[in-house]
Amino acid sequence: MLSALTITEAHEKLRKKEISTEELVRACIDRIEAVDGILNAVVHRNFERAVEEAKMVDATGEFSSPLTGIPYLTKDVFCEEGVPTTACSNILRGKTYIPPFDSTTTKRLKTCGAISLGKVNTDEFTMGCSTETSCHGVTRNPWDTTRVAGGSSGGSAVAVSSNECLFALGTDTGGSIRQPAGFCGCTGLRPTYGRTSRYGVMSMASSLDTIGPLCKTVEDIAIVMEAISGKDPLDATTGNVPVPMYRQTLKSAMKGLRIGLPKEYFIDGMSDDVERAVREAANVFASLGAIVSEISLPMTKYGVATYYVLVPCEVSSNMARYDGIRYGHTVENPESLLDYYERVRSDGFGPEVKRRIMIGTFALSAGYYDAYYRQAQKVRILIARDFEEAFQKVDAIISPVSPTPAFTIGAHEGDPVAMYLEDIFMCPQPMAGIPALSLPCGFSKSGLPIGLQIMGPQWEDGRVLKIGHAFEQATEWHERKVAI
Amino acid sequence: MSFPSTTEIYHVAKLARLTLTDAEVERLAPELASIIGVIDLLKEVDTKNVILTAQNTGLTNVLREDTLRSPSPSPDALLSCSPLPLVQHQIQTPSAHG
Repeated sequence: MLSALTITEAHEKLRKKEISTEELVRACIDRIEAVDGILNAVVHRNFERAVEEAKMVDATGEFSSPLTGIPYLTKDVFCEEGVPTTACSNILRGKTYIPPFDSTTTKRLKTCGAISLGKVNTDEFTMGCSTETSCHGVTRNPWDTTRVAGGSSGGSAVAVSSNECLFALGTDTGGSIRQPAGFCGCTGLRPTYGRTSRYGVMSMASSLDTIGPLCKTVEDIAIVMEAISGKDPLDATTGNVPVPMYRQTLKSAMKGLRIGLPKEYFIDGMSDDVERAVREAANVFASLGAIVSEISLPMTKYGVATYYVLVPCEVSSNMARYDGIRYGHTVENPESLLDYYERVRSDGFGPEVKRRIMIGTFALSAGYYDAYYRQAQKVRILIARDFEEAFQKVDAIISPVSPTPAFTIGAHEGDPVAMYLEDIFMCPQPMAGIPALSLPCGFSKSGLPIGLQIMGPQWEDGRVLKIGHAFEQATEWHERKVAI
Repeated sequence: MSFPSTTEIYHVAKLARLTLTDAEVERLAPELASIIGVIDLLKEVDTKNVILTAQNTGLTNVLREDTLRSPSPSPDALLSCSPLPLVQHQIQTPSAHG
């Protein structure tokens, strides 16, 4: 099956003319048509344009970039000129939003000759960790279709792990790339904040949102990161830090590398399978010559609370733009402008978006601002300091991605706090802006993938990839394929 | 703190430009209370000596060269995204005065 190739493998075959771009694109389209009726990962199909682009690539016959002719899918929050983009929200579907411009990331991929197949499912405006809040319905986990794919980049993770595409783009604010990658058995990177441009990607929490790839191998992540990273004049928060050739750093030795295992990431109530898999992963690193030691990140327990103040506050601000004036949903016969705003927003937003707008508006309102928003901003600094101090002692930190493997669809219905706690190991890193990789490190007794999280200091995305690559070379977890 | 009383929920909704149905308020009240229960954990953290910041990149005052750029996308392309009528390159909105 051609769609099961990695980027590296496909590039080699394209370059040697063993396959054509059109064959590769059509293989992905066939795969989507065969399995997506069950999985519900792809929400907008851009197949005609993809085939046309593939023919153009074949006509030139040049594969100068490893991404030339590589088909990919994009989370439904990345604007692509002429392609419907709705954040899986009804507020952008009344009059379907078709952006007249490209996000920097999709533009950079287009420049490399990569081919966009369409849009994949996400929780509404990326708010959720199960893809259940999407207006298109839940995306199903290919390892067990009664379970969630994770979220919010659930569509991206399912598309990659079930071979509907060669790679996908996601966003990660508090685990939205890492958790679905972990639940679905693929590899995903939350880059350093400011490493990749957010321009043209619908914002949830601007001070925490990051753009990253989900792939089948760490090497593929490195390839995509080389293409999409770097300073962007259209996103003032991107750092002016040179982009390393990530692929070249992958093969350096692990010997003597200090790896920390934070004791706060092994908690009561976590699955035995997850704990065993992560401790075994630590043993793998030790066998490769790394020095593994227990460390402490004492502020970990405040991660979720800090996250669920700062994110809703930024949500309440970012969602203000959806007022039915410039794009999206509209209503008939409003009594006044205020009535129009309220009816458009109340019709268009789903329950989780409303919940976060309410919490954020509350936490920013007079009388509560100091107690919640200001305090959370300060705790955020203490969480970042935790990591700074830890990285004085170790070069990288490893932990589980989630406390359990993928949960059953509907398991947290009506209990938002239980849902929020799913992100417990993934909320602290965004506070510090550090990179974190999620990759497969085992399977539960019932056959569900388990994710390993590898964290590094700010801007050390290459180090995190190097460690992930070494793990991948020493294990075979990433090679296990879904039966679907 | 008694938050969220029904009155407070309606007040916050008004600030947020949302109209909530009675059923939504009934469902939201316990949900918001349980979320506030979680975020109240932050009150125990000693932050007296922490200087406030809203970012973690260390970047300050990021400015670009003051050179003219052609607008991209074009104003007309942006206007065409609106669901409301266009009049002389402007969006006709409902009246602010009712």
